[in-house]
Amino acid sequence: MLIAVLAVAGLATVLGLALGYAAVRFRVDSDPVVDQIDALLPQTQCGQCTYAGCRPYAEAIAGGDAEINQCPPGGETTIRALADLLDRDFKPLNPEHGTEKPPALAVIDEDTCIGCTLCIQACPVDAILGAGKQMHTVIAAECTGCELCLPPCPVDCIIMEPVPTTLETWKWPKPLARAVGDER
Amino acid sequence: MAEAARKGRGGRTLSAARLFKFHGGVHLEGHKDIATARPIQVAGVPSRLVLPLNQHVGGPAEALVAEGDKVLRGQPIGRPTGYVGAGVHASSSGTVIAIRDHPVPHPSGLTAPCVVIQTDGEDRSWDGYDPLSNYRTLNGPALRARVREAGLVGLGGAAFPTAVKLSAGSGLKALILNGAECEPYICCDDMLLRERASEVIAGAQALLHALEIERCVIAIEDDKPEALTALNAALEQEADPRLRVVVVPCLYPEGGEKQLIQVLTGEEVPASGVPPDIGYLVHNVGTAAAVARAVLQGEPLISRIVTVTGSGVARPGNVEVRLGTPVADVIDACGGYTEDARHLIMGGGMMGFPLASAEVPVIKATNCLLIATEADIRPRQPALPCIRCGECAVACPAHLLPQQLYWHARSENLDAATETGLFDCIECGSCDVVCPSNIPLTSYFRFAKAEVFARERERVSSDLARERFEAREQRLAAEAEAKRAKTEARKKALKKAGEDSSTRKAMIDDVVARSKARKADASGDKGSS
Ligand code: SF4
Ligand code: SF4
Ligand code: SF4
Repeated sequence: MLIAVLAVAGLATVLGLALGYAAVRFRVDSDPVVDQIDALLPQTQCGQCTYAGCRPYAEAIAGGDAEINQCPPGGETTIRALADLLDRDFKPLNPEHGTEKPPALAVIDEDTCIGCTLCIQACPVDAILGAGKQMHTVIAAECTGCELCLPPCPVDCIIMEPVPTTLETWKWPKPLARAVGDER
Repeated sequence: MAEAARKGRGGRTLSAARLFKFHGGVHLEGHKDIATARPIQVAGVPSRLVLPLNQHVGGPAEALVAEGDKVLRGQPIGRPTGYVGAGVHASSSGTVIAIRDHPVPHPSGLTAPCVVIQTDGEDRSWDGYDPLSNYRTLNGPALRARVREAGLVGLGGAAFPTAVKLSAGSGLKALILNGAECEPYICCDDMLLRERASEVIAGAQALLHALEIERCVIAIEDDKPEALTALNAALEQEADPRLRVVVVPCLYPEGGEKQLIQVLTGEEVPASGVPPDIGYLVHNVGTAAAVARAVLQGEPLISRIVTVTGSGVARPGNVEVRLGTPVADVIDACGGYTEDARHLIMGGGMMGFPLASAEVPVIKATNCLLIATEADIRPRQPALPCIRCGECAVACPAHLLPQQLYWHARSENLDAATETGLFDCIECGSCDVVCPSNIPLTSYFRFAKAEVFARERERVSSDLARERFEAREQRLAAEAEAKRAKTEARKKALKKAGEDSSTRKAMIDDVVARSKARKADASGDKGSS
């Protein structure tokens, strides 16, 4: 018992020190341009842009290493916003990175889940809750719909469900541009 | 005074006060007499009631009943979840047969959670709320609490929780009861005043008491001489010097609270402000009547008067309907559709929206059902380019420049639209009416507002995702660092152990002890479970 307590206490100390160290060592000195770009990205953190998340992509754009049309979740709106911000020309989404899809959330079929924790490790925003050999579940409010948890699941029990429109999220549609000689 | 009023429009002389003008506005054909020909009809209890848990501005109510529960008329079936919210009450007795998504009256045509009650035809009453006939001995908060528990919301159409509005603060100059009812076709307030003026007055008195103020102006447009006569007669009987009726000239959208305040007082509510900012509070006359019922009879909001009108309904009129009654039943109560009925609209001729089906229920906000024929509705001509005539700016009661706002909304330049006053637009449709190019300006403004809200929601959720992503990055980095530190320490220890046999023995002992402890723990677990 004592050993267990000591072990846990020791672990806590080591981790605490490491955290403190990491906070200093890995602190990102934020670059305002990167911040501005990052603010326009959807934060789905899906990696389809080929970077390990939205911020790394923002850094790549700021550094001139990436085009502005690599983010499928952001789609046209994001590309336009980026073009505006950076004073570049609009270009359509590069299909190599994927296509724009309606928003969806991951749902775990809780009867099939074997509790392997692989999805937990894959989730970029820690939105999956569970422990070894315990059924896992997705916190809907935190899921970004990135789909990164799908491939690692050995029993294919995660599916993407479209986000339903509710009275709170429904939007008035844009009037049809029927104007004669008044096209955009 | 009342004598002059009884001479119909002569009632205008009643208003000793000077009247003012609000900016813009349009003169519209009223179409009110279609439904004012017969007295208010009390509709029967339908076989099924569908009560949406969200019939008001604010968060949806939380269901208090479950499938299979027996409920009585007036029994609370949903309780408000937030400060801005309202409860829901069973509007007749029966059995809850479901709590499920059902189509609701909304421009989207979507479904929302509803309590569905199979009525038993007995209409047995719940005996929960005491009549507060002695309300004058109570204080403001106690009265507000009653208004809140009765589930009252503004019945003029906006459905804002009345109790929330009542806590506007102290020291108001006056309460204004809005009986302007300026929108074409709608006449439920007119009929209410004609037949139940004393109820409105009783409500006004209760509201004054709750607000602890001494002045109330009841405003009514000059196209309602009968209502004015009735109101004056009731006032004469009551002889309450705190109340005064003011007749205002008919002009759309005078029933907008900011516009009405301006007409009555000459004062303007600041652009993004609310009436209490300048010392006024506006309630609809129907809301006042409901307050009277809630306070004096302990009756929660379970019914309302609905104008059923248009050339598409056989017997147009005003009907007192239990909330939750399917629209189809209300139309049946008015003789059903005529042959050439084409459009089913909830609301009036300007701000109403088409209903996808007649299965949706009447809710607290339902002031009018307009069943129109092809001839009633002017088909929208194709839009032409804006010629910058400026007519829309002349008509706009919110002092906006709709042509400019349209430009921003159309190009989805939402920041510019917001700066140009998008959120001051009351969506009255006046600009649409006057635009010679038939541009659906108001639709663009609704679209732009919805888009602003949607982007705000997206921003909130992407901020959350960013935060969580960064937290995870830090956690991973810290874990990697911890692992590295641990390996290093072990390496060092091993190296030392290699040189010293007693240390090595100590380490081995430690490992053995730990594994034993683990085994003991595991068997202990088994034993206990
Ligand atoms: S593609 Fe995915 S990871 Fe890359 S910027 Fe877009 S949302 Fe972020
Ligand atoms: S709809 Fe909006 S912009 Fe048009 S007149 Fe009314 S308040 Fe002004
Ligand atoms: S009324 Fe129509 S045409 Fe005239 S300025 Fe306004 S939007 Fe343009």
